Amino acid sequence: MSDVRESGADDTVAVQLLTPDGERVEHPDYAYAGTDDQIRDLYAQMVLVRRVDAEAIALQRQGELGLWPSLLGQEAAQIGSAYALRSQDYTFPTYREHGVTISRGIDPLRLLAMFRGTETGAWDMARYGAHLYSIIIGTQGVQSVGYGMGLERDGLVGSGDPERDAAVVCYFGDGATSQGDLNEGLIFAASYNAPVVFFCSNNQWAISEPSERQSRVPLYRRAAGFGFPGVRVDGNDVLAVHAVTTEALDRARSGNGPTFIEAFTYRMGAHTTSDDPTKYRLADELEHWRARDPLSRVRAYLERTGAADAAFFDEADAVADALAVQLRRNCLALPEPSLAETFDWVYADPSPELTEQLARHREYAASFEEAR
Amino acid sequence: MSDAAPAPVRTMTMAKALNAGLRRAMEDDPKVLLMGEDIGKLGGVFRVTEGLQKDFGEARVVDTPLAEAGIVGTAIGLAVRGYRPVCEIQFDGFVFPAFDQIVTQVARMRWRTRGQVPMPIVIRIPFGGGIGAVEHHSESPEAYFAHTVGLKVVSCSNPVDAYWMIQQAVRSDDPVIFFEPKRRYYEKAEVDTRGTDGAVPLPLHGSRVVRPGRDATLIAYGPMVKTCVEAAEAATDEGRELEVIDLRTLSPLDLGPVFDSVRRTGHAVVVHEAPVSVGLGSEVAARITEECFYSLEAPVLRVAGADVPYPPSRIEEDYLPDLDRVLDAVDRSLSY
Ligand SMILES: Cc1ncc(C[n+]2csc(CCOP(=O)(O)OP(=O)(O)O)c2C)c(N)n1
Repeated sequence: MSDVRESGADDTVAVQLLTPDGERVEHPDYAYAGTDDQIRDLYAQMVLVRRVDAEAIALQRQGELGLWPSLLGQEAAQIGSAYALRSQDYTFPTYREHGVTISRGIDPLRLLAMFRGTETGAWDMARYGAHLYSIIIGTQGVQSVGYGMGLERDGLVGSGDPERDAAVVCYFGDGATSQGDLNEGLIFAASYNAPVVFFCSNNQWAISEPSERQSRVPLYRRAAGFGFPGVRVDGNDVLAVHAVTTEALDRARSGNGPTFIEAFTYRMGAHTTSDDPTKYRLADELEHWRARDPLSRVRAYLERTGAADAAFFDEADAVADALAVQLRRNCLALPEPSLAETFDWVYADPSPELTEQLARHREYAASFEEAR
Repeated sequence: MSDAAPAPVRTMTMAKALNAGLRRAMEDDPKVLLMGEDIGKLGGVFRVTEGLQKDFGEARVVDTPLAEAGIVGTAIGLAVRGYRPVCEIQFDGFVFPAFDQIVTQVARMRWRTRGQVPMPIVIRIPFGGGIGAVEHHSESPEAYFAHTVGLKVVSCSNPVDAYWMIQQAVRSDDPVIFFEPKRRYYEKAEVDTRGTDGAVPLPLHGSRVVRPGRDATLIAYGPMVKTCVEAAEAATDEGRELEVIDLRTLSPLDLGPVFDSVRRTGHAVVVHEAPVSVGLGSEVAARITEECFYSLEAPVLRVAGADVPYPPSRIEEDYLPDLDRVLDAVDRSLSY
C-alpha cells in the first residue's frame, strides 16, 4: 500500500460540492439547497461530535471506557447524511456512527455508557428513529430492509404525502460489504423495491484490511449488479453528502426504491482504542487525508464568504467544550448496573427456572453484603 | 525461517505459544495455511499470528475479506484440494455467520462422502469473558459445536497445551474447533518445545489432572482451569484438598480421569462460563452420575453463567464464576 489512494480501485470521481479549500463547486446532478445558516449548523454539529469523540478517547485512555471506536475524519459523512433525515425516518447505525446517533437526538452519554460497559445501548429506538448499534458486522443489512418493508405495508411509502412518507438509512463500512447479510439485504431491497438507502462509509480500512481486499471495483458500482442506482460522494464534503442523501431519501420515500451511496472518506484514527494502525498503514496516507479534513473546508468557506465570524467559531468550540465537560462528569456518575436486573429482560414470559436462578443469585450476592 | 534456533525451553505467553506452535506446524507441512481477518500485517487482533505472514508469505497467511462464511467455506474447498487450513475467527460472537458452513458442511463432509473426504480444518476461536469488552466479544459458544457430531472441540488452558494442542489440531484429519481462552492469552509459562526428550505432550484428546486432591473434584476447561486451581489453593487454608481436572477436549470428552477422581473424592463440581442450562456441565454431570452413582456423596454441582446473555462489562464479574462461587459450591457439596 505504498501509493496514496484517493479514488479507490479506479479513477471514478466522487460528487463534490465543496472543495478541500472551501470553494463551492457545481455538479450536473446534485446541488446543496440549504442556506448559509444551515451550513453554519452543519459545521457546529461536526465540531460537537468531533469533541465528543475526543472526550471519549480521553476517557478510554484514563480507563473509564472499555473501548471507543473513533469517528474522527468521518464527521461530514455522518452529519451530512443524518441531516437529510426526517423524524419519521429510521436508521441502522454501526458502532462508529456516533454523529448520526447524536444527530438523531440521542444523548451521547448513552454511547459512553455502552462502551463503559454499564449498558447494552438501549435507547428508545422508536422515539429517536435509530436502531441499536450493530456489533456483528453486516447484520443490519437485512434488518433495515425488513424495516423498510414494514413501512411500505403501513402505507408510509409513496403515499404522495411527503410529510408522512418515510425511509430507512442502513449504515455500514467498506468491510461490511463482504458479509453475506449485507449482500442479502441488497438483494431483498432490490427484490421488494424497499425504501432503503444503503450508506457505505468507505473509510478505506476494515481494521487492517484495505478496501481493495473487499472489492475490485468501486463499491458504489456494486449497486448496478443488484439493479439499483449507486453513487460515490466525497465523504468529507458535508454539502455533497447532504445533497446526495437527500435525493436518495426522496427516491426511497416516494416509492422508487433503494440507492447505494458510497461516502468516500477516511478513518483518521485507529480502528478502535485497542488498535495500532502503525502496523499496517503509512503516515503519508494520513497526511494526504488531513489536507481533506471535513471541518476545515467548511470553515474556510464560511470564513472566506464572511458567512461566519470569529465569534461564531469560538461559540461552536465553546458549546462543544461545555458538552464535553458535562459528558465527562455524567460518564463518571453513571449508575452501576446490576446483574439481577438483566434477568428481567431475557424473556417476556420468564421461566420458573430463571426466576429460581435469580433468587439464588440474589441470595448469593446478599451473603457478600452481609459479610462486609 | 527464524535467524537463530530458539532455545528449546522458553517462557512464553499463551499467545506466543500458539504463534510458535503454528509456526512449527507450517514449517512441518507446506499444505498448512492460515486464513482470517487481520491476521497478516497486523498479526491478528490478539497478535497470535504475528510475524507469520512476513516469514511464510501471503499465500500461506491469507488476509481474508470480512466474511466468516467465506473464510470457512473457502477453507472447505481448500481442504478438498489437500490443504490444511487454519481459520481464525476474530472473536467468539463472530463465528455465527460461519455457523452454517461449520455445522452443515465441515462437520458432515467425511460422513456424507463415506470417508472419502476428510476435513483437516482447524477453526480457532478466542472465547470467554473477563476482558471488559462490548457485547458479542465475551461469549462461550462451545456447546453449540460440541453438540454437532463430526466436529472435535478442544480448549487449551495454558501455554504448554497451547503450543502442543494447536500442532496436534493441525495434524488431525478431523475438523477441530479450537477455543482459546482470550483472558489467558498473556499469561506465561515455561514451554519445553522438544516434546520427545523433554516433556511428552499429552494427546489432543485427553483430560488431565492439573492438581491432585482427595476431598472433591473440580472439573473445568479453558479460562476456568486457572480459576479452579486458585480456588483449590485457597481451599488449603481450610484444610481441604481439591482435585482439579482440565478437560482439554470438550468433544469427544475424555472422562476416564474424571470418573477415577470422583470415585475417590465422592464430590464433583463442574465449572464453566457459558450459561448453565444445556451446557457442557450438564453432559459431564450426567455422565458422572451414570458412571459413579455409588461413589457420589452429593449431587454433581455446576458453577456456570446464569441463563442470561453475557452482561455489560461492568457486571461481568458478577456473571463469571470466580473463586468464591467455586468454593461456595464445594461447601455445598461437602455439606450433603
Ligand atoms: C461478523 C464480524 N466479524 C468480525 C468483526 C470484527 N470487526 C469489528 S469492526 C471490523 C472492521 C469493520 O470494517 P468496516 O466494515 O470497513 O467498518 P469500519 O470499522 O471501518 O467503520 C471487524 C473485522 C465483527 N464485529 N463482526
